[in-house]
Amino acid sequence: MVAGSGLVLLLLIISLLAPWLAPFDPGKIDLTNVLASPSMNHWFGTDQLGRDVLSRMIWGARISLKVGFVATGVAIIIGTILGAVAGYYGGWIDSVIMRFVDIMLCFPTFFLILAVIAFLEPSIWNIMIIIGLTGWMGVTRLVRADFISLRERDFVQAARAIGAGDLRIIFLHILPNAMASILVAATLGIAGAILTESALSFLGIGVQPPTPSWGNILTAGKDNIDIAWWLSLYPGLAILITVVGYNLLGEGIRDSLDPRLKK
Amino acid sequence: MLKYIGKRILFMIPLLLGITIICFFVMHLAPGSPTDLQTQMNPKASAQMKERLQTLYELDKPIHVQYWSWLKKISHGNLGISFSSDHRPVTDKIMERLPITIIINLLSLFIIIAIAIPLGVLSAVHQDSLFDKIAGVFVFIGFAIPTFWLALLLMIFFGINLGWLPISGLRSLNYEYLTPWAQIVDLAKHLILPLFISSFGGLAGLSRYMRANMLEVIKQDYIMTARAKGLSERDVIYKHALRNALLPIITILGLSIPGLIGGSVIFETIFAIPGMGQLFYMAVMARDYPTVMGILLIGAILTLIGNLIADVSYALADPRIRIS
Repeated sequence: MVAGSGLVLLLLIISLLAPWLAPFDPGKIDLTNVLASPSMNHWFGTDQLGRDVLSRMIWGARISLKVGFVATGVAIIIGTILGAVAGYYGGWIDSVIMRFVDIMLCFPTFFLILAVIAFLEPSIWNIMIIIGLTGWMGVTRLVRADFISLRERDFVQAARAIGAGDLRIIFLHILPNAMASILVAATLGIAGAILTESALSFLGIGVQPPTPSWGNILTAGKDNIDIAWWLSLYPGLAILITVVGYNLLGEGIRDSLDPRLKK
Repeated sequence: MLKYIGKRILFMIPLLLGITIICFFVMHLAPGSPTDLQTQMNPKASAQMKERLQTLYELDKPIHVQYWSWLKKISHGNLGISFSSDHRPVTDKIMERLPITIIINLLSLFIIIAIAIPLGVLSAVHQDSLFDKIAGVFVFIGFAIPTFWLALLLMIFFGINLGWLPISGLRSLNYEYLTPWAQIVDLAKHLILPLFISSFGGLAGLSRYMRANMLEVIKQDYIMTARAKGLSERDVIYKHALRNALLPIITILGLSIPGLIGGSVIFETIFAIPGMGQLFYMAVMARDYPTVMGILLIGAILTLIGNLIADVSYALADPRIRIS
């Protein structure tokens, strides 16, 4: 967990300080210096337009985190509301919501995302929202399970006895008790969203050039696979490290919240 | 048993209807009508194309009429005509590519099972040993690594630096002139990297799950009973524990199907394999809506069938399920 939060913090700092950390302008084209291999001047080399890869990766960190946070935020909000309503009310409301979850889970997520992108423009905002809209089902199940086990507890009965309304009970009494598992799902969700975004950008249907993203630098890596290994190596390593960081953090939070794992 | 299978199939019908509704919704997601979009976005779209979209989706009619007539068409296997220059029926285009995707996915499922289960069991039996720790690191990286990046690295290393493996397609250019045996070797060589990539992600998840299951089962009372009877450790682990730990794996395999099918877009595109995933990618890029909608629908139906097979196999393996 310490390593995970360290990595996550480091990435946050890098993306916040991108304008000061990046040695070059990420969009500056230098056609006299295309596909230059890593050197003292360009640590990670240059791409097919002579742009500095390290600078593009530093700015790309911003994009990745932005997509990760917004997409996960969308998924968590939808998942929490639907899961809370299903778990709290039960009955036919629960059945309808959970059948909807079952139906959504039948679609290979990547297919659904691609199909929606075919109809919309692949802009960064669309990508974030689409990843969020196709990733809330797990959260719904999780929150629902928490709500089912919490709704009969004494503190909920007490709140009801003093006349608290449903909305108040759901959001002020039960939800804070379900926050722990939501937090874990959110942390792991950010990792998943970053992976999805990088895959989409790699395929050319995510973040569009010239905006730098780790995924679209890798596209250039594939196009120049036989001559410029640095374009393929470093951005992927950045994705790997980021995802490892969020996964470590998420699992760390989960373990520290799970009393069964305490010795 | 037959009654159980019948019930599962009946359960599929509302899911299937739901799937068609969501597909239909996606189709209408675009601002304005799909025909507007087609003409705005694609300067090459002709009036003829627009007309074809109109007749396919009957966009001038009220929405429930559109849905009903679309449903009738797809229930006859009519997914419309592709917008691409070949103007072929979408059903034909998908069907000729589907076998490749299904075979590769089944092969990777087989590889995943064959590697992940022993890995998980050994990790659990030798918990906290060096082997367990190394497997743990491998699993962690497996979860986090972008598979398309791993594919790029393997292509660079094995395909370009070493020159051992081909990096695209399923066959070499001289495939026709090879002896039958050499043809098999050629095909196998082309499949190594794609299969490795498509199984890699699932491998990590399943072995971790198997390990957790095994650890859970080992704690159960009946394992203690088996030990108390004086059975050898070998019998306790591989006869009593393993069978019970394997059961939930069936469900997990069922759940991993959408991920596998979805992943086929990535590895088929990278390795230029002429399967359904590559067709999907090309259709998305070309805004070939009938093909996109057709593959979305087929992908969901394949998942549904996979889940049905998982449910039925679970019931076959565990009598407790079919009685309740």
